[in-house]
Amino acid sequence: MISLAQTYFIEVMTIILYCLLIFVPLLLGVVMALYADRKIWAAVQKRRGPNVVGPYGLFQVPADGLKFIFKEIILPDGSDKTVFLIAPIITLALSITAWAVVPVQAGVVLANINVGILYIFAISSLGVYGILMAGWSSNSKYPFFGALRSAAQMVSYEVSIGFVIITVLLCVGSLNLTEIVMAQKTMWFFIPLFPMFIVFFISALAETNRPPFDLPEAESELVAGYQTEYSGMPFVLFLFGEYINILLMCAMTTILFLGGWLPPIDIYPLNAVPGFVWFLLKVIFVFYLFAMVKAFVPRYRYDQLMRLGWKVFLPLSLFAVVATSSILFFFNLAPGM
Amino acid sequence: MTAQLLTFYLFSGVILISSLMVISTKNPVHSVLFLILSFLNAAGLFVILHAEFLAMILIIVYVGAVAVLFLFVVMMLDFKTSINKDNILQYIPIGILIGVVFIAELIIVLINTKFDLSNIQVLPNPLSDFTGKSNTEAIGSVLYTDYILYFQLSGVILLVAMIGSIVLTLRERVGVKRQVVSEQLQRQGKIDLVDVKSGKGVDI
Amino acid sequence: MDIAIADYLPILIFMFVALAISCLFVLANFLVAVNNPDPEKNSAYECGFEQFGDSRMKFDVRFYLVTLLFIIFDLEVAFLFPWAVTFGTLGLFGFVSMMVFLAILTIGFIYEWKKGALEWQ
Repeated sequence: MISLAQTYFIEVMTIILYCLLIFVPLLLGVVMALYADRKIWAAVQKRRGPNVVGPYGLFQVPADGLKFIFKEIILPDGSDKTVFLIAPIITLALSITAWAVVPVQAGVVLANINVGILYIFAISSLGVYGILMAGWSSNSKYPFFGALRSAAQMVSYEVSIGFVIITVLLCVGSLNLTEIVMAQKTMWFFIPLFPMFIVFFISALAETNRPPFDLPEAESELVAGYQTEYSGMPFVLFLFGEYINILLMCAMTTILFLGGWLPPIDIYPLNAVPGFVWFLLKVIFVFYLFAMVKAFVPRYRYDQLMRLGWKVFLPLSLFAVVATSSILFFFNLAPGM
Repeated sequence: MTAQLLTFYLFSGVILISSLMVISTKNPVHSVLFLILSFLNAAGLFVILHAEFLAMILIIVYVGAVAVLFLFVVMMLDFKTSINKDNILQYIPIGILIGVVFIAELIIVLINTKFDLSNIQVLPNPLSDFTGKSNTEAIGSVLYTDYILYFQLSGVILLVAMIGSIVLTLRERVGVKRQVVSEQLQRQGKIDLVDVKSGKGVDI
Repeated sequence: MDIAIADYLPILIFMFVALAISCLFVLANFLVAVNNPDPEKNSAYECGFEQFGDSRMKFDVRFYLVTLLFIIFDLEVAFLFPWAVTFGTLGLFGFVSMMVFLAILTIGFIYEWKKGALEWQ
C-alpha cells in the first residue's frame, strides 16, 4: 500500500514539475509580450517606449509587477468581497489552464487529449465569467456596464470562431491539436483557408478585448470597464490573464493555420531547427500583428462591433463551412475518404 | 483504480455541496455561480466515464452559454428585495415527490442488475461497431445518418427557439437613428471640392 | 491506470496548480501591502462625485437576445464538431443531412436579420 502511494506521489510530483515547466516560460512570455507591446506601440508613434529600467528598459515590466505587490488592495464598500477577489483568480487560472493541451513540438505537450481543440474552445468560453463576476461584484456602474458589454462581445465572436474551427477540422478529421498540425505537412492551412484565417485573426482580437475592440475598457467612456475598482495584485492578475489569453490566441492561430512547429519548407537547414523554435517564431510573428493592429486601428463603436460579428463574420464563416465541405466532398479530398 | 475513485468522490462531493448551496444561499447570483461549479464537476464525471466529447460539450453549451444567460437574468433582478427563504418549507411536498421518483428509478436499476453493479452493461452498440473509434467519431458516425430524424428535429427545435426568443424579446424602439452603411457609402454629390483662390474666398 | 484518467489527470492537477499560484499572488499582496481603509477610498468610483443611484439596475433587453441567439448558434457548432471529424466516412447521406440542418437554421438567421434582431441601437 505504501509503495502504491509512493508511485502516485512521484507521478503527481512529476506532473506538478511539468506544470511549472509550462508556467514559468508562460510568465516570462507575458512579461516579454507586455514589453514588446509597449515598444512596438512606441515605435509606431515615434517614441522610445520603456528605456530606463535595465538594458533597453527590459526590466520595466518586472519592476511594474513588483511595485503592484506593495499596493493596497482596495475592497469597495458595497462590493461582494468574496466574488470580487475570486474573479481575478479565476481569470488567471483559466487562462493558464488552457495551455495544458497546447503542443509546442511533436509530442511535447502536458496532456495530449483526443478533444484538444474542444477543450480550448470550452476554456475560452469560460473566460466570460471572470469578467462578469468582476463587473457585478464591484457594485459600481462603470464595471457593470463594462462587464455586460464585454460578455456580449465575447459571446458574439465566439460563434464565428467556432465556425472557423469547423472549417479547419473538415480538412483534418480529428480534434487532436497534434494531428491538426501534422495535417499541415503538405500545405499550411492559411493558404487554402485564407479568408478564414483573417476572420479568425479578427475574432481573436475581439475575443481577447484587444484594440480596436477594447470597448469594455474604453477609457473615454467607461474609465477602465470591469477593472475600474481593482487595485494591487488582483488588477495585475486580470492583466496577466488577458495577455496569457492573447498568447493563447496567437498559439491557436499558429496551430490552426500556420503549421504549428513545422518548418516553412521541409529541407535540410530548416528542418534541423528544433520544432519549438519555429513554434515560438510563429507565435511572436502573430503577436507582432496583434501589436501592430493596436497601434494602427482606431477603436470601433459598439454597434459597429456587433454588426461586424453578427452580420459579416457569422454569415461569412457559415458560408465557408458549407463551401469547404462541398469542395472537399465533390473533389473527394476529405480525410478518410 | 484508486485515482479514478478518488477523483469520482472529489467531483461528486463538490457537486453535492454546490447543489445544496444553489438552493440554500440567499443571493441569487451566488446560486448561479454554484450551479456553474456543479456543471463543471459534472463534466469531470463525464470524463471519468470516458465521455470526453460530452464533457466538453457540457462545458461549452451549459457553462459557456446557458449559464451566462442565467447570470444575465439574475443580475437584472432587483437585489434589495432578496429572495425570502422563510417559506421554503412549502416546497417540501413536491421536493419529496421528485426525490421519491429518483430513488425509485435507482432501485429499479439495482433490481435489474440483481444488486451487483458490475452487471450494468454499457449500452450494447445498437447499429454499428464502435471499436477503435474515439467517442467523437462514434457519435459522428451514427448521429447524422442512423438518427437523422432526431438530428433534424433538433434543428427544427433550434429554429423554433430562435423565432420564439425574437418574438418575445424584440421591441422596436422609436426615434432611434441607425447607421445604414450602404447609404453612407453611396452618398455622392453632396460634397464639392472647391479650389479656393487666395485672398478672395468662396461663397457657400 | 485507466487511459482516460491518465490523459486528463495532468489537466486536473494543472488546474489546481494554476489556482494555487493565482491565490498565492493575491495572498502575497495581502501580506506585504499596507491596508488602511477609508470611507472615501472604498466608495464606488464615479468620477469623483458621490455615488448617486444604485448600480444594480435594469439593462437593455438586447443583451438577453444576444445571449439567446448565441446559445442557439453554439448548439449548432456543437452539432458540427462530430460531423467535421467523421465527414470523410459519412458519404453523400451524411453530407446532405447536415446541409438540410444548416438550411433550417439559415432560415432562422434570415428571419432574425429581417426582423432587425441583429441591429444594435
